[in-house]
Amino acid sequence: MLRTVLVPKAFGEYGHYRPGALETIRQRPIAYAGQQQCVMCHEDEAKERASGKHAKVACEACHGPLAAHAADPVANVPKLPDVANLCRRCHEKDAAKPAGFPQVVTAEHSGGMACNDCHKPHNPHL
Amino acid sequence: MDASRRDLFKIGGKILVLASVGATLEQIVGAEPAPDAYKMADHWWGMIIDIEECIGCGNCVRACSKENKVPDGYFRTWVERYVVEEGKQPQVESPKGAMDGFPPLTREDVKSFFVPKLCNHCADSPCVQVCPVGATFLSPDGVVLVDPNYCLGCRYCVQACPYGCRYLNPGTDTVDKCTLCYHRITQGLTTACCENCPTGARQLVDFKNPKDPVHEFLRKNMVQVLKPYMATQPKVYYKDLDGSVR
Repeated sequence: MLRTVLVPKAFGEYGHYRPGALETIRQRPIAYAGQQQCVMCHEDEAKERASGKHAKVACEACHGPLAAHAADPVANVPKLPDVANLCRRCHEKDAAKPAGFPQVVTAEHSGGMACNDCHKPHNPHL
Repeated sequence: MDASRRDLFKIGGKILVLASVGATLEQIVGAEPAPDAYKMADHWWGMIIDIEECIGCGNCVRACSKENKVPDGYFRTWVERYVVEEGKQPQVESPKGAMDGFPPLTREDVKSFFVPKLCNHCADSPCVQVCPVGATFLSPDGVVLVDPNYCLGCRYCVQACPYGCRYLNPGTDTVDKCTLCYHRITQGLTTACCENCPTGARQLVDFKNPKDPVHEFLRKNMVQVLKPYMATQPKVYYKDLDGSVR
């Protein structure tokens, strides 16, 4: 009697824990909508990106979490990324980065100009 | 009586035809998937990490933090930069978990590389063994999770994890850790860190899926796990991991 009150429902079904926890954790909301969602509407950008070096970079890797935008594109309009920081994080020269990865010393490379003054972010080739 | 029997057959026939059309339509259009099509027994999750591809941008750290609302100063995944100089202790740094990348390293005369870290979702995990209330567990699909409703916040598991992957969430006073984005992977998405890795250095894998690239990855590469001597059976496999990494 006491056991039915104290022991959680279905405890021990899979192991020494409460199986309901799995469902609780699954119910958490997502923040990143995922590639397939973005491409459904933004076909032109996806095509442009597919033809360049950023083909394998996911939209939200630069644009940030946009599940809310995907759910309601009118109410949630995303901001453009902060280019000065965004490009530098990946492409600033660092001895620890793989040798084949394109890297620049930003200060010497652009002379203070923003990256997207010359490069198109979706297909960065000049 | 005869007429009514005939009518009955006619109606029956019509119902049969309509039902079969309905069934065919359902087959063509595709029936709505059952709300819970995910079967835990069909999966065994893990991750593969290619050290040679990691550029230390910190995208994974930021993505994880936003996806899982990780409190400031705590990390479910982080990136370390190793600088290994001959005859010296390796220097390891991870400023703010690499949330904003790394300050540039200019020394070319030393060995240096990045190592992304996260919960190894061990198949035989010490954190699960020490939990006194059954709040931390290995799910049937191979993910180490914490039941937020039952965790007491005793921190035994934080001390037991050999990889330093757990923390006490100051907001809830319960233990938190990487869930391998359980809320995403169970609905067919990849984890936030893998989704946002620009070089594909980290990939979510399902060992039970015979078509998963993990099988070729393990067959063709030299792979290593972290602290194999702990016998925790980690499921995060690193390609080209340097011997200095702990």
